[in-house]
Amino acid sequence: MNGALRLPPRPRPRLPRRPATAQRQRAARPFEEIVAEHGALVMRVCRALVGPDDAEDAWSETFLSALQAYPRLRAGSNLRGWLVTIAHRKAIDLLRGRTRRRESPLDGSELAAPGPAAAGDEELRSALDALPPKQRGAVIYRYLAGLPYAEVGKLLGSNATAARRSAADGIANLRKRLSKGTS
Amino acid sequence: MITEKQILDRIEQGFSGSFAGPEAIGTLHRRLAARAERQGLLDVSYRTVDSPLGPLLLAATGEGLVRVAFSREDHESVLSRLASEISPRILRTPRRLDEPARQLEEYFAGKRRAFTVPVDLRLAHGFRRSVLLRLRDIPYGRTRSYAAIAKAAGNAGAVRAAASACSHNPVPLVVPCHRVVRTDGSLGGYLGGPKAKRALLSMEAAV
Repeated sequence: MNGALRLPPRPRPRLPRRPATAQRQRAARPFEEIVAEHGALVMRVCRALVGPDDAEDAWSETFLSALQAYPRLRAGSNLRGWLVTIAHRKAIDLLRGRTRRRESPLDGSELAAPGPAAAGDEELRSALDALPPKQRGAVIYRYLAGLPYAEVGKLLGSNATAARRSAADGIANLRKRLSKGTS
Repeated sequence: MITEKQILDRIEQGFSGSFAGPEAIGTLHRRLAARAERQGLLDVSYRTVDSPLGPLLLAATGEGLVRVAFSREDHESVLSRLASEISPRILRTPRRLDEPARQLEEYFAGKRRAFTVPVDLRLAHGFRRSVLLRLRDIPYGRTRSYAAIAKAAGNAGAVRAAASACSHNPVPLVVPCHRVVRTDGSLGGYLGGPKAKRALLSMEAAV
């Protein structure tokens, strides 16, 4: 390897540049960078939303769908919020498909059941899955995905104020559930 | 009662699972790239290869090899330009570039004199493109002058433009712009630097 070749200053742009008009307003970073930067976060969100067994499917569906839409994404868009929104929709599709595949409707225990590939905090996962849907969503999107309350509200079909309350209630409920047996 | 902070920490750590390791994302990434390719969503794939001239970036579209970049060009900014000039649907996909990588390796080992991989010249336009199309006629180990190439490309007076086409060649090595030199025999410029050009020409002469 020739280390010396790494050092020279950035060369001037050498490829012909097209006029920077409409195209400039679109996302122009290579998608590879987006996967590298946000892949792990999207995976954590998928694990929380659909559980460990389906998380990889949800992750793949999310990034495939994002890749498709990516050239049309406006420059300067909040990528994390965009990806989490796609993951949210993919998780709903996946859970609906899962319900459809079963003869009897979910009784709730399935959602919390650890699969063979399960890893991480099972107790937390079941406590989270036992929360009312809005609280569960608010906790995941606010505290795991790190979205602002306004975006959390949009994802939950409400608003920032309601999302803030749901997140606070969710955390309070988790404290109650997870404290049982520890004190 | 456990504290709010303890809950938040558990939420932050509780879903990392086995995804923390780079292997897990590697597998998912490969699967994503394969599905993207099947669905026609992968516009540009790329990989890097080691070479005696330092790491090279190889990028391909569905039509062929579209870019070979030396590390002095800064691979990251080369990828950004590919994103704006071709498409941002770019993924690292080593498999699609196995063949060009293999041929380059053979070339540097002195075991290959011509490249047979398809080349996509969409980044070169007009006269520059005509010049590049003529370069593959220059045999291994031989050189031509910029003036001769300008003439071959159909405009004997456009020597400077021919030189500029060579120095902007998006697929160096495979389209052998290093075999074009000044009429007085001096080397002229090269994307990979004058040292690289000299090294290539002496390698080809020696084999």
